[in-house]
Amino acid sequence: MQSSRHDFWAGLWGALPFCVVVAPYGIVFGVLAAESGLDILTATAFSMAVIAGAAQFTALSLMQDQAPVLIVIIVGLAVNLRMALYSATLATHLGAARFWTRAFVAYAILDHSFALADQKFQNEPDMSLSRKLGFYFGATSLVAVIWVVGTGFGAWLGAQIPDWLALDFAMPIAFIALVAPALRSLPHVSAAFTAATLSLLLAPVPYGLGLIISALVALLLGAEVERRMRGTS
Amino acid sequence: MSITTAELWFAIAGLAFGSWLLRFSFLGIIGNAELPEWITRHLRYTLVAVLPGIIAPLVFMPQATDGAFDLPRFSAALITLLVGVWRGNLLLAIGAGGVTLYSMLNFGF
Repeated sequence: MQSSRHDFWAGLWGALPFCVVVAPYGIVFGVLAAESGLDILTATAFSMAVIAGAAQFTALSLMQDQAPVLIVIIVGLAVNLRMALYSATLATHLGAARFWTRAFVAYAILDHSFALADQKFQNEPDMSLSRKLGFYFGATSLVAVIWVVGTGFGAWLGAQIPDWLALDFAMPIAFIALVAPALRSLPHVSAAFTAATLSLLLAPVPYGLGLIISALVALLLGAEVERRMRGTS
Repeated sequence: MSITTAELWFAIAGLAFGSWLLRFSFLGIIGNAELPEWITRHLRYTLVAVLPGIIAPLVFMPQATDGAFDLPRFSAALITLLVGVWRGNLLLAIGAGGVTLYSMLNFGF
């Protein structure tokens, strides 16, 4: 039997490409936070407590627009609604873990660590729980730390990052590379295509709710295509 | 920013607790319970249903160009996707996308 320590390193290794992407993303957030008047400690605490890039960027821009605090919280959480979907999916893999372990799994759910773990667990359903946990924490821990440290560094740096680096596009490229290997069956491709098309059509819908609607429709469609394909074969 | 320090920390605390609650929701409730097949069948599509929805607007309406279509960014996304589907290798796909983006941005297309 393989040890969970081995799986921890496998997860960490799998997540290394994301460290390269998350570092500049965290720095950009830190710089923006500093520009909005947050000091290094506050900016770092923000990233450590919330660890969710999109929601943090949204909250920060709302605060700059003088939005009431409650609106900042509600809208930021709306952007994070997808985490509940990740939670349901991870529950099918890691639900048997102890309460406090699950509480910690929850704290560290990120888009990419969810993606790595979900693909791994679907490909190897026979992994034991401790091995799955090892892989999951490997896939998420270093990236989470880099996000927090990157934020602090950006807030300390405080300077604008030159446009030619095009850092805005590091994250989309990483996400595309992450989802691409999953696009190898008709149900998956139809779900992905639906999600992309709908999210473009629903882009004007505020507070990231367009993303949630497009995700739910895509999820239903993917599962339905799978069911029909199985029915005919 | 005219927000007070107390308000700022309240916002951070609210976002932190709320985000954790969203992330914990189903992990906390479902725990070890066996889910029916039709639910797990839907959950298999979570990844391909969420990520493309995040990616598509960033590719077709990049923030850096104020939402205007941008050929270098679009091409980089396309190359990343093709290499990713073809080889299934994360680093290779990211590398191919990065090379495409930088060469097109810096050698003028």
